[in-house]
Amino acid sequence: MTPVLDCRGRRCPLPIVELARHIGDVEVGGTIQLAADDPAARLDVPAWCRMRGHDYLGACAAPDGVPVYSVRRRA
Amino acid sequence: MRRLPVRVPAGPSGCRESGSEPPGGVPEPVRGGRPPAGPPAPGAYGLGVVREVYFDAASAAPLHPAAREALLAAVADGWADPARLHSAGRRARLLLDSARATVAEVLGARPDEIIFCASGTQAAQLAVLGGLAGRRRAGSRLVHSAVEHSAVLHAAERHAAAGGEAVEVPVDRTGRVDADAFAAEVTRPGTALASLMTANHEVGTNQPVDTLARHCAQHGVPMHTDAAQSVGRAPLPAAWSLLSASAHKWGGPPGVGVLAVRTGTRWTSPLPGGDRERGVPGFPDVPAIVAAAAALRAVAAEAADQARLSALVDRIRSTVAATVADVEVVGDPVDRLPHLVTFSCLYVDGETLVRELDRRGFAVSSGSACTADTLTPSHVLAAMGVLTHGNVRVSLHRDTTAEDVSRFLAVLPDLVADLRAVAGVAGR
Repeated sequence: MTPVLDCRGRRCPLPIVELARHIGDVEVGGTIQLAADDPAARLDVPAWCRMRGHDYLGACAAPDGVPVYSVRRRA
Repeated sequence: MRRLPVRVPAGPSGCRESGSEPPGGVPEPVRGGRPPAGPPAPGAYGLGVVREVYFDAASAAPLHPAAREALLAAVADGWADPARLHSAGRRARLLLDSARATVAEVLGARPDEIIFCASGTQAAQLAVLGGLAGRRRAGSRLVHSAVEHSAVLHAAERHAAAGGEAVEVPVDRTGRVDADAFAAEVTRPGTALASLMTANHEVGTNQPVDTLARHCAQHGVPMHTDAAQSVGRAPLPAAWSLLSASAHKWGGPPGVGVLAVRTGTRWTSPLPGGDRERGVPGFPDVPAIVAAAAALRAVAAEAADQARLSALVDRIRSTVAATVADVEVVGDPVDRLPHLVTFSCLYVDGETLVRELDRRGFAVSSGSACTADTLTPSHVLAAMGVLTHGNVRVSLHRDTTAEDVSRFLAVLPDLVADLRAVAGVAGR
């Protein structure tokens, strides 16, 4: 099952900090999700993936409308 | 060399007295800082001996000494209404005309093409809204890049809200506009005006203004260029129809904007009434305009200094990339403004970074959301698709020394590492 980090209500850069802390929780090739309503996350999740060499898979919306970003661990 | 005001603790006599520290003590002096010189800045009481290194010239450059001198002289002699026929009015008029001629010459314009107004923002908005108003018969499309100054974006929003069309052209990862897309957009029917800045105010990347302005001219579309960051620092394009600029970016006083409207360009002031400054109403601040012109003449004569600043920016770019882990130095590394550089540090809060640098004596700005009034990060960084948090913009000016830059580069890596350690993400 894909772990989901809940960063609702948390401002930049905390959602990215959480992502960095927990990317190691999944195997290489595995996927992790981040629910974050901070508008900066829309930009910073893909930028973080590019800088750290992970795959940004895109975003969908949680039932409450909060964006959920998906990241595949590459290393 | 002129220095910015130095923060020194001072008693009523101007000397530090024992027991004058505020509760909480005095911050430690910065290592390697120079001893205080000159009078204490107003409000400096109780602060530690931290020489302020001002790295925010892109927001407002320190007043040029030539401007200071001219301002004092013009306040004494140029206070009267330049529209009046009495001798005091004629003296003010003479000063205003002379300032207009100087500004025109540096911008590559004619004196009668120059309009003085209240700010660079106002100049840009007058250019856009007046350019659209003058071309109403041709259509209502405004084409602009995604990284224009908010002055232009707000004018575009106003235009769209009033029923016009605003077309935003994207930029690449360095912040340079997609020239092919821009060129294609301006040829579409109904295009009234194009707007493209000379160079970006946040990341420094130059825009292909001359090429696109010539293309616009071939299709009968006037182009506005926001030259606020380039005037006095870089060669200016020539093919524009409307150019806006801001005096306090080049070392003039705040409160002076310049709008240049090429002869033959259809432009109608969007403001009501007023026979001054071609329909831009209001009593002109002649002393400030005189000071702005004096500063512009001086910086134009000091053009070689920009190469020195550009070399310092090169040093900041390479050293930050080499000494700070997980940092993204953004903007075009070569085809850029000489005086500014922007980088973003992963996992660091931009506001904290700005405050901690300020505590260590470095004044910088940031495009991160947490430093703005809203939750939204800089539209420039967003359009480029680069990291928006942990962002710092360093912008240099004529008083910046190599030693200032060395001190900054010595302080930064440990500071970023400390902030990351607090966040618990060191080495991830």
